[in-house]
Amino acid sequence: MAVSYTKYLRMYHMPHMWCPGCGIGIIVKAIIRAFDALDWSTDDLAFVSGIGCTSRAPGYLDMNTLHTTHGRALSFATGIKFARPDKHVVVISGDGDATAIGGNHLIHACRRNIDITLVIVNNNIYGMTGGQYSPTTPVGARAATSPWGNIDIPFNVSELVKGAGATYVARGHVGSGVQLERLIRGGLTHKGFSVIEVLSNCHTQYGRRNRIPDAIDLIEHISKSTVSVRQAEKMSPEELKDKYAVGLLHQDTERTEYCDDYNKVIEHAQLER
Amino acid sequence: MKHTVETVPAPLPPDDYFMMGDEASAEGAIAAGCNFFAGYPITPSSELMVRMVHRLKETNGSFIQMEDEIGSISALIGASWAGARPMTTTSGPGLSLMMEGIGYAAMTEAPLVVVDIQRAGPSTGQATRPGSGDIFQVRFGSHSDYEIIALSPWSVQEAYDLTIDAFNLAEAYRVPTFVLADESIGHLREKVTIGETVERWHRPTAPGMPPFDTDDENGVPPMPAFGQGERLLVTGSTHDARGFRKTQDSAAHQRLVGRLVGKIRNAAEKIARYETYSLEDAEILVVAYGFSARAALEAISELRRDGVKAGLFRPLTLWPFPEAGLKLAAKSVERVFVPEMNWGQVVREVERILHRDVVPITQVDGEGMRPQSIIDGVRGRAGMNS
Repeated sequence: MAVSYTKYLRMYHMPHMWCPGCGIGIIVKAIIRAFDALDWSTDDLAFVSGIGCTSRAPGYLDMNTLHTTHGRALSFATGIKFARPDKHVVVISGDGDATAIGGNHLIHACRRNIDITLVIVNNNIYGMTGGQYSPTTPVGARAATSPWGNIDIPFNVSELVKGAGATYVARGHVGSGVQLERLIRGGLTHKGFSVIEVLSNCHTQYGRRNRIPDAIDLIEHISKSTVSVRQAEKMSPEELKDKYAVGLLHQDTERTEYCDDYNKVIEHAQLER
Repeated sequence: MKHTVETVPAPLPPDDYFMMGDEASAEGAIAAGCNFFAGYPITPSSELMVRMVHRLKETNGSFIQMEDEIGSISALIGASWAGARPMTTTSGPGLSLMMEGIGYAAMTEAPLVVVDIQRAGPSTGQATRPGSGDIFQVRFGSHSDYEIIALSPWSVQEAYDLTIDAFNLAEAYRVPTFVLADESIGHLREKVTIGETVERWHRPTAPGMPPFDTDDENGVPPMPAFGQGERLLVTGSTHDARGFRKTQDSAAHQRLVGRLVGKIRNAAEKIARYETYSLEDAEILVVAYGFSARAALEAISELRRDGVKAGLFRPLTLWPFPEAGLKLAAKSVERVFVPEMNWGQVVREVERILHRDVVPITQVDGEGMRPQSIIDGVRGRAGMNS
């Protein structure tokens, strides 16, 4: 069945401000398709961002939207979810927003297992501010602040959030919108904290500085760096170097969710009086 | 638009209680209908947070200990937009971290309450010792132009009463509101009388009306919550009446920031509260707030015993400052003194309002203000050494 995108978009905000060819368009499309497949009311959805290119998304989506401060989207979202556990809370964030300035909030949201879905658009760079290196910029890559090559060791975002306790961890990429939609839908229906890392392209800021200035070329470059989770299992560590496994990386359905746990504690406490 | 008012029975049975300032503030929050608390431990405010854990079940409220103060204030704003009446508590160093969120709350007009139990600073300073060093931080700590409301309790009773008022003012004006207590009040134990009923003010609502502008002269637009069918658009960027970003529109910026500032400044005399003591024939005026006002009250009565006609002006709201009341109180006095547990903060506000020389009396030794410090200050500078 055809998806009515306009149902989910504030069309009066179009045209959007993302660069032509930006991966965020593919990602927002996948998010809308996932919402539509689940047939959730837009009134039951809270969509939250921090700062950066991803932070324009709440302006374009027609639901309860909160465009917050840099790195804090998960804390704002925690407040919404904890005050209204009946709502679906979704956060979109970039690699800098989520893992640098928001790194502390990220690991603690993972640890709490609160039922929020986080989509991290990982394009290896600070796009909006002019191409500074981020916590996921590869070693040797050029950025506005690493003109002779980056020396910082990057985070593996999916491994980071898995280690911090996220109970649903998936990695997708902008070269496969269909798989991405499926992974996001899986995160939305997962009861607990879910993270979907999306390998995305910033040809404008990252590509131009690293000899892949064309959007399609960069998306192809990203696609070629991915292997399916199943393939990855058969590969040696040497073969997996510079490769990213995509698909559902981790899911724990045993762990209880934060708001549910809190309600149990309060029920117990109220018996005490 | 105008807030709505609800009167409810006080959650604690009406009686006299003996409790700590931090605990009284928590009880005030519960009485005010606080149903969301996010916080991070910091001395000397932790007792308040712990009391909230136990008491929030009274309002079916939620308690969460966040990873830091930035997370706490951010969670409060999320909860506020989800329709809750949120609060946090902290002290100077934590307040510094909250400034980013305070600015966002002011910009998006999200009601919330911060109880700041001030300690001696700067930086880590003396964590267990009192100070009044956050007067400017609560007012000017976040970048650019905005207004807030700050109340200053001088007793455990007022820690209870003014925390209730803080919730009501936050809701009525859609503005972050502070209870600026200090360690002396936070850790003081004394009697609190709990009345039969509590008045709770609720943010104005008007379904379908824009949440970020109003033609109402009080400048407070209605505030819907997430999930009430309005598909809200909330942003810390400059926005128009419906929340649409207007980051290149100078008229929209001027109008928005003008209204954020104006809605408090225009209501300043309505919000402002103060008390006066022995002013009738006063020649010496002491302006004091919070714990220092207790010492000042003692000091003026001792000065009067020695024939010095001293009176006290005590602001209960530090922001906005009760300007008209102060001008009236200072009209026929010869000298004005401002004792503070800092190197001189409110004294600057008093000077600005009165356009005259005002003498600061500073006691910055990590101790509560002593009446003798005030007496010495008044005698020394008023040429009355005996």
